[in-house]
Amino acid sequence: MAYENPDGIRIGLEIHVQLNKLKTKMFCGCSTDYHNAAPNTHTCPVCLGLPGALPVLNKKAVEAAIKVGLALEGEIAEETQFHRKNYFYPDLPKGFQVTQYDYPIVGKGKVVIEGEDGEHVVGITRAHLEEDPGKLVHIGSIEKSKGVLIDYNRSGMPLIETVTEPDMRSPKEARRFLDKFRNILEYLDVFDGNLEGAMRVDANVSVYWGTRVEVKNISSHKGVERALLYEIMRQKNVIRRGGKITQETRHFDEGRGVTISMRTKEEAEDYRYFREPDLMPMRVTGWIPAIKETLPELPDAKRARFIEQYSITDMHARALTSKIMLADFYEGVCAKGVDPKTAATWAADVFLGELNYRDLAISSYDGKTIGFIHAKDPAVENSFKVSDMVELVTLFAEGKVSDRAAVEVIRIILDGTEEKTPSQIIEEKGLFKAEDDLVTRAVAETIAENTAAVQDYIGGAEKSLNFLVGQVMKKTKGTADAKTARELIVKELKG
Amino acid sequence: MAKWMSVAQIKEKIGESSAEEVTASYLEVIGKSKINGYVTVSDKALEQAKKIDVEGHDGPLAGVPIAIKDNISVVGLPNSCGSKILEGYVPPFNAHVIEKLLAAGAVVLGKTNMDEFAMGSSTETSHFGPTANPWDLERVPGGSSGGSAAVVAAGEAPFALGSDTGGSVRCPAAFCGVVGLKPTYGAVSRYGVVAYANSLEQVGPLANNVEDIAVLMDVIAGYDRKDSTSIDSKTEYRKALVDDVKGLKIGIPQEFFGEGIHPDVEKAVWNAIHKYESLGATWKEVSMPNIKYALASYYIIAMSEASSNLARFDGTRYGFRESGENWHTMVSKTRAEGFGTEVKRRILLGTYALSAGYHDKYYLKALKVRTLVKQDFDKALSAVDLLMAPTMPNPAFRIGEKIEDPLTLYLSDVNTCPINLAGVPSISVPCGFTDGLPIGLQIMGKPFDEPTVLRAAYTFEQNTDYHIKRPPEVA
Repeated sequence: MAYENPDGIRIGLEIHVQLNKLKTKMFCGCSTDYHNAAPNTHTCPVCLGLPGALPVLNKKAVEAAIKVGLALEGEIAEETQFHRKNYFYPDLPKGFQVTQYDYPIVGKGKVVIEGEDGEHVVGITRAHLEEDPGKLVHIGSIEKSKGVLIDYNRSGMPLIETVTEPDMRSPKEARRFLDKFRNILEYLDVFDGNLEGAMRVDANVSVYWGTRVEVKNISSHKGVERALLYEIMRQKNVIRRGGKITQETRHFDEGRGVTISMRTKEEAEDYRYFREPDLMPMRVTGWIPAIKETLPELPDAKRARFIEQYSITDMHARALTSKIMLADFYEGVCAKGVDPKTAATWAADVFLGELNYRDLAISSYDGKTIGFIHAKDPAVENSFKVSDMVELVTLFAEGKVSDRAAVEVIRIILDGTEEKTPSQIIEEKGLFKAEDDLVTRAVAETIAENTAAVQDYIGGAEKSLNFLVGQVMKKTKGTADAKTARELIVKELKG
Repeated sequence: MAKWMSVAQIKEKIGESSAEEVTASYLEVIGKSKINGYVTVSDKALEQAKKIDVEGHDGPLAGVPIAIKDNISVVGLPNSCGSKILEGYVPPFNAHVIEKLLAAGAVVLGKTNMDEFAMGSSTETSHFGPTANPWDLERVPGGSSGGSAAVVAAGEAPFALGSDTGGSVRCPAAFCGVVGLKPTYGAVSRYGVVAYANSLEQVGPLANNVEDIAVLMDVIAGYDRKDSTSIDSKTEYRKALVDDVKGLKIGIPQEFFGEGIHPDVEKAVWNAIHKYESLGATWKEVSMPNIKYALASYYIIAMSEASSNLARFDGTRYGFRESGENWHTMVSKTRAEGFGTEVKRRILLGTYALSAGYHDKYYLKALKVRTLVKQDFDKALSAVDLLMAPTMPNPAFRIGEKIEDPLTLYLSDVNTCPINLAGVPSISVPCGFTDGLPIGLQIMGKPFDEPTVLRAAYTFEQNTDYHIKRPPEVA
C-alpha cells in the first residue's frame, strides 16, 4: 500500500562530501592525507590564499564529480564553471570560497531507496564541486573560548555538494538516502566515510506541506535522523499551538539533540557570486565515455547479481552490498568454494550483527582480510580473515560445530587480540559439536531426571520443552546442536 | 658608467668589467635618486651579481639588473603593493616571471613604487608617498606602475616589470617617455602577481627601447601550469624586430581622439601616423562605437573583482594587524587602518556592484559591454593590422592636481582601459613632447600578434629619435 505521509513531511538534503580518496587538494598539489598531521603542515601559498597565488583545478576531482554524476543518473553539464562565494570568516583564507553556482557539473539525477512503502525515488537537483575551508579549533568550549586556533590543513580539500529534491517523507527515508548515497560514493572509490569531517549535511524540512526550515551543521549521517525527528516535532508543536513556521536557518546542536534558530530569511547573506576569473570555463562532455568505462558495478546492480548468482535472499543481498568491502569479502569467501547461501547467512546475519553490536565500521579489505575501526575511536582497529570465515562456514556446513559455537568463534576473533584460526579456538575452548550418541544419552538422562517437566510438556505446556532443551545443552556444555536436541526430545516424548 | 644603457650595451659592459660593477653603478645612481621610485632596494643585488661573475651564467640576461613592481612576489623582498596592510609581509615564493628572470640570470635591483594595489593612474595613492616624474619633479609619473617607468626613465634601471590592469604600464610609459607593453591576456603568467582585477591584468615590461621590451618578453612570456589563464603562443619576440612597415594597414579609431585631448598630443600622434605613411604603411579611419562605454564597464569589472581579491587582507595570517576585542572588530579595524582611501572606495563600489539587486544592473551589464567592446576590436582589426591612438589624452599632470577628484583621475584611463577589456596587446612608445613632457603613441594589435605591434614600434623608433631623449633634471 502506498505511504500516505499523514503529516505532509517533505525533506530535502544538501550533502557536503570530501573527495578524500583523491591524492591532492582541489586547486593545489598539497596532500589530502592530513588527518593525523600537525596543524598547518599540509599547506602552500595556494590553499593559504597568499597574495598572488592562483588556483589550478585538480583534474581528478572533476573526473570524480563526473563519476558521482553518472552514478546518480545525473545530467553532466556541457559547460561548467567556477564562481566565487564571498564572505568573511577566519577559516576562509581568501575571503571567498571557490564553488560552482549556475553552471554545476552535475544536473538532475535520481537515487532509488528503500522507502516507507518499498522502492522510492529521490530526485537529485544538482551536484557541484567546491573547496573546503580550514578548520577552527576552540580552546575549551565555543562559548568560553578565549582564543581560536586555525588549521588550514583542510583548506582547499575537494568537496562535492549534492542537493536533493524534497522527496523524502520521513527521517527514516532521509537516513536511508544517506546510507545509500554514502554507499554509492564508496563503491566509486572517491570517498572514505570513516574519516573525520568527511560528510556534512544540511536538511530542509517542512510539515503539512508548509514552509521549509533549513537545519545546518549535521556532522554525521546518523545525526540526520535525530535532527529531523526533533525539528519535525518542534514544527508540529508550533502549529498545534496556533503558531506559524517561519522560513529560517537553524543550527543542530548535536550534544543536546535540538535545533536552534540562527537567522531568518530577511537576514539572509548576500554572497555576491561572480565567475572565478582565475579558472576557465570547461567543457567535459568529451571525457564522459572514458569515465563511463571505469564505472564499477553499483550497489543495485551488485545486489541483483548476488541474488541471481548466489541464489541468496533479497534481504541478505541488500545487507551484503550495503558496503562495498563487505560485498567483496563475501565474494572472497564464496570464491573458496563454500556454500554461498550458508556464507550469506553467516556474513550478513551473524558477522554484520556482531560488528554493529561492537560499533565497528568496516574500513578496509585487501582480498584476504577485512578491517574495521571503532566508529567513535578510529585508533581501535581489528580485522577478520577470509580464510577464517571459510573455515568456520565449512566446519558448520559439515556439522562439526553448532551454530552457537560458530557464533562464539566469531565473537572471540572480533574481541581477541591473538591471531588464531577457528579450529584452534574450537580446540582450545572445546567447542566441537558433541557426537550424536552423546546428545542421545543426554536426552535420555534429561527425560529421566525431569519427570515433572516431561509431564507438563506431554500435558501441552510448550514452555517445558525449552527447559528440557536447556538441560540437554547444559549436560553437553553447549556443544550440542539445539535444534537436534529439540528434535530428539520431541521424538522421544511424542514420536 | 653611462646611464640608460640598453641590455646589449650592459652585456658588453659586463664583459669588459663585471656584473658586480654594473649592478654597483645602478645602486649608486639609485642612492642619489630624486624621484622616490624604489620602495625597497634589494640588499642581495650585489651578492647576486657577484655570484654570476664567480659562477658564470649563460642566460640571456646574465648579470643584467632589473626593477620589479612591488606587487610581483620576490622571495626575501617585501611585497607591499604600495599598501600599509601588507606591512611586514615577505612572500615565501617567487612569481613565475621572477623564476624566469632569475633563471635567465637577471639581478633584481629592488621593488618599485606603485599606486596602492595598482589602483590609480599617478602613483600618488601609494602608502610610501608619490614618485616624481623625472621630466618634471613636480609632476606625476603616471600609474599605477609609476615607480617602474620613472626608474627606467631616470636611468635607475635598464628596464623594469610593471603590471597593466587598465593602462598601468602604458600610462606611466607615456608620461615618463619610455616604452611599455601590455601583452595579450594570457601571454604572461600572473602567478605571484597580487591581483587587482584578474580578468584584465597582465605583467608588462618597461624599457628605454623596443628591443629591450622584446628581450624581456622572450624571457617572461609563455605557458605556466600554475596560471590556468596562461597560454603558450610560441612567439619569438626578438624576431619581430624588423625595420619595415611597408604595406602595413593602420586603423585610426576616432573614438580615441575624443573631447579633452591636448592639441599637442593629437598633433604628435598624427605626425607619427604620417611618419608611418612615409615609411610605406597605409592608414584609414575606423569606427569603434562602443568605446564610449568602455571606461564605465572597466571600472565596474575591475572594482568588482578587486572587492573579492582584497578580502584576504584581514590581518589574520600576515601583514598589518590592528587589535580588536574579537575577530570581526579586529578585521574591521585592520582594514579601516590598513587600506588607503582609494582602495576603500573601490572595494565599496565593487561590493555594491556585485550585491543582490545591483548585480544585473551593474556587473552583468558591464560584462555585456565588455563583449561589445571586444567585438569592436575584432571588427576593426579584421580590416587593418594595427590600431593607433594617443596612449594618454594629456601629458603628465601635477602631483596633487587630480588626487582629490577621483572621477577626473578615472577619466585619464579612457584610452588605455578598452584594451584590457578586449585582452589585446598594446604598446606605448614615445612620439613627441609638449612643454618638455613626453607624449606616448599607443599601438594596438590582434590577440597574440605582438610581433606586428613590436615591428611597428621598432620601425618607428629606428626612424625617429624620441626614445633617446633624456630627462634633463636627472641627467
